[in-house]
Amino acid sequence: MKVDGIPSGCAISGMMSEDGRRIDGRVIIKSIACMHDRSNGLGGGFAAYGIYPKRKDQYAFHMMYDNIESKEATEEFFKDAFNVDKDEPIPTFRENGISNPPILWRYFLEVPENKLEFISERDYVMKTVMKVNSDIEGAFVASSGKNMGAFKGVGYPEDIGKFYKLEDYSAYIWTAHGRFPTNTPGWWGGAHPFTLLDWSVVHNGEISSYGINKRYLEMFGYRLELRTDTEVIAYLFDLLVRRHKFRTDRAIMALATPFWKDIDRMEPEQKKIAIAIRQVYGSTLLNGPFSIIIGHSNGMIGLNDRIKLRPMTAARKDDMLYMASEESAIREIAPDLDEVWSPRAGTAVIGTLRDVE
Amino acid sequence: MRIDAKGIHYRPLNKIIRIAAASGEKEFELDNVGGQRYIGTGLNDSIKITINGTPGNDLGAFMNGPKIIVNANAQDGIANTMNAGEIIVHGSVGDIIGYGMRGGKLYIKGDAGYRVGIHMKEYKKQVPIIIAGGTAGDFFGEYMAGGIMILLGLNGKSPLVGDYVGTGMHGGVIYIRGKVDPYHLGKEVSCLELGEEDMKLLGSYLKEYCEHFGFDFNEVVGGKFTKLVPLSHRPYGNLYVY
Amino acid sequence: MESQLPAEFVVNVDYEKCRRCKRCVMNCSFSAIEFKDKVTPNHRQCVACHRCATFCPESAITITENPLAYRYGYNWTPEIRKNILKQAESGGIILTGMGNPKPYPIYWDHMLIDACQVTNPSIDPLREPMELRTYLGAKPECLEFNSDSSLKTELAPQVKIDIPVVFAAMSYGAISLNAHKALAMAAKRMGTLMNTGEGGLHEDLAGYTDNIIVQVASGRFGVTSKYLNNSAIVEIKIGQGAKPGIGGHLPGEKVGEDISKTRMIPVGTDALSPAPHHDIYSIEDLSQLIYAIKEATDYKKPVSVKIAAVHNVAAIASGIVRAGADIVVIDGFRGGTGAAPMIIRDHVGIPVELALAAVDDRLRQEGIRNRASILVGGSIRQSADVVKAIALGADACIIGTASLIAMGCRVCQKCYTGNCAWGIATQKPELVRRLNPEVGADRLCNLLSAWGHEIQEVLGSLGINAIESLRGSRERLRGVGLGQETLDILGIKHAGIGQ
Repeated sequence: MKVDGIPSGCAISGMMSEDGRRIDGRVIIKSIACMHDRSNGLGGGFAAYGIYPKRKDQYAFHMMYDNIESKEATEEFFKDAFNVDKDEPIPTFRENGISNPPILWRYFLEVPENKLEFISERDYVMKTVMKVNSDIEGAFVASSGKNMGAFKGVGYPEDIGKFYKLEDYSAYIWTAHGRFPTNTPGWWGGAHPFTLLDWSVVHNGEISSYGINKRYLEMFGYRLELRTDTEVIAYLFDLLVRRHKFRTDRAIMALATPFWKDIDRMEPEQKKIAIAIRQVYGSTLLNGPFSIIIGHSNGMIGLNDRIKLRPMTAARKDDMLYMASEESAIREIAPDLDEVWSPRAGTAVIGTLRDVE
Repeated sequence: MRIDAKGIHYRPLNKIIRIAAASGEKEFELDNVGGQRYIGTGLNDSIKITINGTPGNDLGAFMNGPKIIVNANAQDGIANTMNAGEIIVHGSVGDIIGYGMRGGKLYIKGDAGYRVGIHMKEYKKQVPIIIAGGTAGDFFGEYMAGGIMILLGLNGKSPLVGDYVGTGMHGGVIYIRGKVDPYHLGKEVSCLELGEEDMKLLGSYLKEYCEHFGFDFNEVVGGKFTKLVPLSHRPYGNLYVY
Repeated sequence: MESQLPAEFVVNVDYEKCRRCKRCVMNCSFSAIEFKDKVTPNHRQCVACHRCATFCPESAITITENPLAYRYGYNWTPEIRKNILKQAESGGIILTGMGNPKPYPIYWDHMLIDACQVTNPSIDPLREPMELRTYLGAKPECLEFNSDSSLKTELAPQVKIDIPVVFAAMSYGAISLNAHKALAMAAKRMGTLMNTGEGGLHEDLAGYTDNIIVQVASGRFGVTSKYLNNSAIVEIKIGQGAKPGIGGHLPGEKVGEDISKTRMIPVGTDALSPAPHHDIYSIEDLSQLIYAIKEATDYKKPVSVKIAAVHNVAAIASGIVRAGADIVVIDGFRGGTGAAPMIIRDHVGIPVELALAAVDDRLRQEGIRNRASILVGGSIRQSADVVKAIALGADACIIGTASLIAMGCRVCQKCYTGNCAWGIATQKPELVRRLNPEVGADRLCNLLSAWGHEIQEVLGSLGINAIESLRGSRERLRGVGLGQETLDILGIKHAGIGQ
């Protein structure tokens, strides 16, 4: 029975095995489906880490094309920019009501040595992603990391999951999103997760500081043309953690910065750091209501805005870490939990991979 | 009436309850509840609903009479704008519970999330009450306009309560079992010692509360309480110029 | 031949109400009211400062514009005709005070602010945290940490302000010591800054070090190493919005004992500020002065450079940042002054809204926006202007005229006469006494608190709880009634266009 929900934002769910055990996609679909009424059928998606172990050193590009011309143009560009080791259609199951999908194709890419004279490999890949998204009409990079991928589209998340045959993939981190789009039309590229390199973001809420987050990122060469506030989160993590080499907790301190009144009471060294981060990175503060789950190769981060305007529940069971908009979405897939808690505002829940493979 | 809620969407589930209640059914027991919203919402009958499993958001919203017992944790938005009735949660609850609550009781065994009892209010004989046995997040009693909120901290977790306690409070009373650093208080509340009347009031509600959850009444009521009341019924009277 | 210009204003006395208490006569500092058996106005002297009307216990005085008709001429306005008559009589440059009164477009009034509805919630500013704290100074592009996780990057000096509104530069000389004291006291109480202007720092303000910007202008009045160090920020004044490219001139008659001591010039001499700094004829010279000041203050004070908004302001600002300034102050063409030639005040410079947008854009394009804070002024009239300026990219605003009005100024534009009836733009002891510094400070604090609350209200409606999330967030502004080119310069969309 499908009923349109009320405008309650979106649903997010994430699960990870800190031991690196790989779990097939049916479990996460079950969890996100439990929150069906938080989305409206105009967007659903998943990020999965550890799905291409045999090609883990290659950049796996999941592409969406509006038409054959954009596919050809992109492939022409890839041929020049990368060594294309393999390309193939992304397998889909076409009989469950998902309509008008774009052309979905994936590529396993390596960066030729000669491209890296003046630029690091990941900066190079980041720039090519921006270029494809901005300059090639009708082409969109759904994901571009190693040993990971994003599977998303217009539909309810459980239908999107079946469409992409996620039961055939095994991952040590899964994140999922059910979308209730408000600001941007329901287009395939606009579904969550948003990704860059191995960063992925699923997001419930709205970034009211988007305007300045965007202008700040543009100073560092990011191009924000996806008409959604969520992409800034992925890029800000990329900027802070990868390029400015911030520890995760420091990045969190910039993005969901403590209030001045709390900073004023910190121990001197901690206070000095917090003040400097706010002074220098004020434009990165994610303001407005949000709960997000960030995925990356080595872990998963859950975060709320600093006055907790969107919900988030976290839980643990053995080596598993769970996060979701609602506790019921966790109980659905793990009825008996060792621990369940509501993370405090602006305080991250961090899952870290103990041992890859 | 016993219903296995496994896999049932909230609309048929709540419809079953509505119809049965209208035809005189007094007791419901729901098994395998997993995130179904609006259970008990808008019901006026004096019925009892026992929930096994995690109910979804807006449990008992606009509720006007029923008694709900939850044998698990519950989520966000419980007792939203509730008018009368009783909700007893044998676990912890999420954010924004008791929003605009005007009457009835909400008893929570464990912790409560952010923004508990926002704009809770009383009207004539209706005095809403929320008691949580554990801790609570920021903005506890924000804009509180009436009613009673009691936070017990029985599980010894820290912090007992978050920041901005009673910010914008302009009616009602909050009792917290333990000390609250003034730093955590909103600008609009003052901290008072408890008098005899307060102890009498606490005693009557806590007795009932302890019976529900099997806590030792004497131990609970024997703790040192802090009483918070608003400084003014018009906290922003001087903010504007005409 | 005398032109015998008719009076601009008419002072009307209701003799039935008048009790002949002569308070009006005592209060009028422009000799516009005498007592000859009864209160007798000398209309031609009246400047409409409202002092007499305000203090008349019987409300017996009203002031109206002289209804004397001029034959209509869209082109030959009465003002232009009067100016010609004055100049034909005297051969002088028309001098005036305060800011540009001409009906140029005010872009603040063509920008509207966003608000949250449903998809993102508003936040309640009264009950929830709403942070206005701002730090002025150069920021590095990124922070680095040592292996022991302590901070490796050392930041340039940062000055904390609790509200993003700073009092604009107004010298002791242009305004009275009591006005200076009121500004300093208010700045300290509100956690913000006042600015000495170019007239030196009176010894009575020595205790306000953390709340004072000291200015270094072309006249270098009172500038000593002690002066430079007795400050939160040192500001090099290149230009001022009311009179870009023009120097200043404090007439000798205003240079009494106290001003003489503060400016360190002999009593009774004219205090002349040349148009340019004669040690700055190019950008590298500016850099040389910036670093001379940094050396003199041991790199402990941010150095600010104030310029008037002129056509090429973006490139100039970029040069200033690259020259090492920690703060750039941009003063728009509607900014006030104690005295300026009317031709300059009314016809030179550009609106600060456009200048700010261009500068912020340029610094971002060059990737150096973090290297300096941007302060803007030039007729910031209300908190809404502050919000819009910050959304366009300013770190904070400076207010001159608004702060004077808070202290009682009626904007009669006669600052240059030294006869200010409200004790602000005057050095006459009997007039200065009219401004009680304590009362002035209270009124300034009230103004800033009110604006602070209003800014918080807007932030709340925008669904953000820290001013840094507004700064440069042009997405939250929309233009109304603006052409595409203006919208492009401002970097905003027209109202009616969504995200």
